[in-house]
Amino acid sequence: MHIPDGFLDPKVWGTASGVSAGFTAYALYAVKEKLNEKVIPLLGITAAFIFAAQMLNFPVAGGTSGHFLGAMLACTLLGPLQGFLVMVIVLLVQCLFFADGGLTALGANVFNMGIVGGLFSYMIFIYIKALIARISGEKRALLISAAICSWLSVVIASAVCAVELALSGTIPLSVALPAMVSVHALIGIGEAAITTVVLAVVTQARPDLVHAMKLRLPAGQEV
Amino acid sequence: MEIKSFIRENKSILIFLIAAVAVSIVLATFVSPFASSSPDGLEKVAEDKGFGKKAEEKEPAWRNSPVPDYVVGGEKNEDKKWATGLAGFIGVLITIAVTLMVCLIVRGIRAFSREKSPVE
Repeated sequence: MHIPDGFLDPKVWGTASGVSAGFTAYALYAVKEKLNEKVIPLLGITAAFIFAAQMLNFPVAGGTSGHFLGAMLACTLLGPLQGFLVMVIVLLVQCLFFADGGLTALGANVFNMGIVGGLFSYMIFIYIKALIARISGEKRALLISAAICSWLSVVIASAVCAVELALSGTIPLSVALPAMVSVHALIGIGEAAITTVVLAVVTQARPDLVHAMKLRLPAGQEV
Repeated sequence: MEIKSFIRENKSILIFLIAAVAVSIVLATFVSPFASSSPDGLEKVAEDKGFGKKAEEKEPAWRNSPVPDYVVGGEKNEDKKWATGLAGFIGVLITIAVTLMVCLIVRGIRAFSREKSPVE
């Protein structure tokens, strides 16, 4: 759902750019003490994997394709702010080197896929995981809640994208919202499948590398 | 000697990282040429609802992408599998490079600001 140039008007992409720039600056500031020799390679490889996986469009109904987003995967593997920064980097590379997503829309794309699809969805994930962990094991709770929230992340991000299109006067919300959400409800199934499989593999191989394995409530606190 | 002991001490994580890089390169290089070329969710909605032309009419704000649309060599290679695969391979390397660069810059700024402040 990379928005190209021309879909958003200046007030929408300007606002989104400002908000996204603020979040990016804060995230860089907040993680700077944590960027050690162990973490940096993990950030690099997660970004590379998400870039690669985003190239793999899979067909969904009616001549439409979808591709992996990866924001929830990045956040569960690395922690929310690190995951958000990885998404910023992937979107920046796609925009500048591959003309995927417009430069004026980069802030909106970061907002939709990094802030809404990443940080916001991860906040929901924290609570859902804690809830599921009451009735099942830690690992199963992680995988189930990641599946739910990665599906949700794609759907909410597409809804926000529809709102931005409507605010820009590109298309009425009553048309954009059902169209975007229904397509992305299907694409989200692919998202949930990929996120869950990758998390299952990594928690099996190296559970110590999965940030969300160490996650405990109260929410928002580093553990 | 130092490198040898480093590898020995971090063997498990190194194997994990190498495997992960290998998977990413294989996906981007050898699988991506066979991905669906149908429009994605947003593109399809734009087509169906008639606002797709808004993007086509508009000059892109950034026209210097070396590999537009993940095809090396531009539109003439659109149907060539190798052009997409090569774009994916390059993309994985660029993504890793940019991530490392951002991390090193942040660390550089951190070290610089520590040096200036008297507090440890």
